[in-house]
Amino acid sequence: MLNPSVLDIDCAAETERICRWMVQTVGQQLHKRGVVLGLSGGVDSSVCGALAVRAFGPKKVFGLLMPEQDSSAASETLGARVAQQWGIAHHLENIAPTLQAIGCYRWRDEAIRALVPDYADDWKSKIVIKGGRDGGLNHFHLVVQSPEGETSERRLPIREYLQVVSATNFKQRVRKTVEYFHADRLNYAVIGTPNRLEYDQGFFVKNGDGAADLKPIAHLYKTQVYALARHLGLPDEVCNAMPTTDTYSLQQGQDEFYFALPYDRMDLALWAHNHAVPAAELATALGLTEAQAGFVYADIEAKRRGTRYLHAAPVLVEPVPEVQ
Amino acid sequence: MSAIKSTVRAYILENFIMGGDGPAFTDSDSFMELHVIDSTGFLELVTFLEETWNVVVEDAEMTPENLDSLDGIEAYLRSKAVAMPCAA
Repeated sequence: MLNPSVLDIDCAAETERICRWMVQTVGQQLHKRGVVLGLSGGVDSSVCGALAVRAFGPKKVFGLLMPEQDSSAASETLGARVAQQWGIAHHLENIAPTLQAIGCYRWRDEAIRALVPDYADDWKSKIVIKGGRDGGLNHFHLVVQSPEGETSERRLPIREYLQVVSATNFKQRVRKTVEYFHADRLNYAVIGTPNRLEYDQGFFVKNGDGAADLKPIAHLYKTQVYALARHLGLPDEVCNAMPTTDTYSLQQGQDEFYFALPYDRMDLALWAHNHAVPAAELATALGLTEAQAGFVYADIEAKRRGTRYLHAAPVLVEPVPEVQ
Repeated sequence: MSAIKSTVRAYILENFIMGGDGPAFTDSDSFMELHVIDSTGFLELVTFLEETWNVVVEDAEMTPENLDSLDGIEAYLRSKAVAMPCAA
């Protein structure tokens, strides 16, 4: 019978396997001298940082803390704490002025004001997903909160939805630009930190957090990344934190923005779908109806289809075999 | 073919297939199954329907049954008492 134990891993053996792979990949395949990664204070980047130190030693790992005006102060604090715990040399780069200059906040707020004319700098906002988990078509709502704490919500039409998301994507792309500056400066490789759920379902920004030279935990379900975090002795705040996007000014869970279910249930659904477990069995394991479990499977497939191009290399008219 | 279906078909051919060799689709074919329209495409389609027929597509109406085929779209729009495009 399907249950969460299917996600159990031998953390010591997996740590050893990933570390050996990282050393081999960075040295022999990428021909770089170390690794750079952004440290957000979240479990994925913290585990990647700890694995990198295990693999290379702290002197070959460089961490970046990259807050902006909507990221939580706790992220910066926790990222610094992980860097200090593992002896990772790190640099604080506040990317808010860059985002301001490039128009990230202006473009986003212009789209929001098209729907909520009163929206101003002291308001907060986020986007939430609707539809897919109930068998409908995925669509998005804008949630805004006034300084007085009054919250309102309305559906985002296509133009405003695309403008808010594309403006917000500046954040991941500017962070990646900073990471590659330091990677080029040090002759290091850039680590990407998606877990399997994010990687499979396309929960990343192309040429933003999706860009990297190696992705050491892309094969691990989020539940397994948490298990590695505990095994590696990362701070309790990292091991117990619920995943958020840390991208919008209102607190936003990843399942609100993108996934049909919270990560632990989504992990089980993805594992079950990958292992051809019938929807009825997933339904029993998650306390859903069989129809709801079917909707979750359909949503997994829809997201794979919709985000396939995020994984793809640029398309050529014909192959250029000399460089493949 | 009804005016609704021909208008939506022309929109899909122009905006999603763009004159390329896209999949041929019948009135009853699923856009999703034929990969004619993806999730963002459905949001575009909803805006097109709202602006062309001056209707409001409610959240609960954003279902494959209503929007995933020409037959579904026609039945859905007729259920909202709309027969002809109000805009070119």
